[in-house]
Amino acid sequence: MTGRNFLLNLEHISLSFKGVKAVTDISFGVRESEICALIGPNGAGKSSLLNIINGVYQPDKGSITFDGKTRQAMKPHHAAEQGIARTFQNIALFKGMSVLDNVLTGRNLKVKSNWIEQLFNLGRAPGDAVFQRKKAEEIIEFLSIQAWRNSIVGNLPYGLQKRVELARALAAEPTLLLLDEPMAGMNNDEKYEMSRFILDTQREFGTTIVLIEHDISVVMSLAQHVVVLDYGKKIGDGTPDEVRINPEVIDAYLGLKH
Amino acid sequence: MNFFFEVLLGGLLAGLMYSLVAIGFVLIYKASGVFNFAQGSMVLFSALTFVSLLERGIAFWFAFGITLLIMLLLAWVIERFVLRKLVNRPPITLFMATLGLSYIIEGLAQLFWGAQVHGLELGINDEPFEFLGILLSQFDLFAAAVAGTLVLLLSLLFDKTRTGIALRAVADDQLAALAVGIKLQKLWFIVWAVAGFVGLVAGLLWGARLGVQFSLSLIVLKALPVLIIGGFTSVGGAIAGGLIIGASEKLAEVFIGPYIGGGIENWFPYALAMLFLLVRPAGIFGERAIERV
Repeated sequence: MTGRNFLLNLEHISLSFKGVKAVTDISFGVRESEICALIGPNGAGKSSLLNIINGVYQPDKGSITFDGKTRQAMKPHHAAEQGIARTFQNIALFKGMSVLDNVLTGRNLKVKSNWIEQLFNLGRAPGDAVFQRKKAEEIIEFLSIQAWRNSIVGNLPYGLQKRVELARALAAEPTLLLLDEPMAGMNNDEKYEMSRFILDTQREFGTTIVLIEHDISVVMSLAQHVVVLDYGKKIGDGTPDEVRINPEVIDAYLGLKH
Repeated sequence: MNFFFEVLLGGLLAGLMYSLVAIGFVLIYKASGVFNFAQGSMVLFSALTFVSLLERGIAFWFAFGITLLIMLLLAWVIERFVLRKLVNRPPITLFMATLGLSYIIEGLAQLFWGAQVHGLELGINDEPFEFLGILLSQFDLFAAAVAGTLVLLLSLLFDKTRTGIALRAVADDQLAALAVGIKLQKLWFIVWAVAGFVGLVAGLLWGARLGVQFSLSLIVLKALPVLIIGGFTSVGGAIAGGLIIGASEKLAEVFIGPYIGGGIENWFPYALAMLFLLVRPAGIFGERAIERV
């Protein structure tokens, strides 16, 4: 594998909900600028793991090292401040707002002017507003959603909403991007398009990406690193080629012939 | 004709008093998608605190400042010990919490300051004066000016600053708002604090009009039709709704009332609101719900 440093390191992470173990003693590392896929059957603990990385859940045991800082618990907005952005399995957009406004909320932490300046349009406020708008437009163009810039998000078709959600996450200029099933419910064309955008993101911005995906062919073509979970335990970890021939993985998930 | 305008203007001005109460609801609705049942109690609590301080010989502006601080403290306590535990719960849970809060705040108000009726004198002359042949109440004009200033300030605050866009984001999806780094807790504190401030202003004006007493918390019910007509999410809508309710209930009372025996004023706003619900459920300025099916 590449000699790059680990951006994210999970060590012995465990989490249970009222005695039901969601994640048991999971450790793995994600290197800078790689695309790492989490795969596994439903209920394997993939989303729980993503929620732990982003601070929605606090692990019962274990520690997470991100960007050189080790911690056990954190809040989602702290994760955002450290450069972790994400999308959700069931699209979590601000449905009543336009595409542009949604993308602008992604720039929330980049705003420099304070509310008094904004109120009276003084000091840093005018320049700041122009700059944030410019950055948002760049992302909108990057994902080719210019035509829907002023559309209300709730009215857009599903595939486009997924793309707007990615745009909002990218607007934050994250170092780590978490994508929870970015291609769920898409047809093959849409999946291909989304894959292109994810690869472009990695190439253009050097963003490290952790994604959950069920479509194995997509995963194998997209990811440089695959982590396989089953019943909350890690059963495979390596390059797509390594994982493909791992007998435990084949048994549990891929269901290919022995 | 002069009489008509007199009734109309009187109604419009009285309507702004309703708007003042309604604005408090709009703020919290915008930030959490919840009808804050406790708004009426906050009005009562702040007015009672203020008048009790005044009766203990504390100067007007000093008493105002202390009451404001207490309302800020109340907002902090509510965010810290109630709302923070309820992040990402369905709106009905939050609504039930405000229902509970409403009784707690009312109880606290009576625990601290007792249950008797207090008179409140704001030092505004309430003698009517004549303007272009129309009799107007000075007090109503003053209240209208206060309401207008508040609306201007609030709409600037929420339209021009990033707090505004963050508010709408939080109302739409709390989890997503957290993930883009919006500080939900700070935002909720701000909104409840501002709603407390608006409640204080409404409490003083209504308290001066009706006397500071338990029934002050029932003006919640007067704000409801205003919100339905103006829309729950718009500060400007609260003003428009208040004006419509104020003018129409007074006109209905004076011009239709005699034919059906009077007393229309009390139920007319609700009938009007119901009509609006049938025609335009989101209100005049409210955001229409978007649902793909």
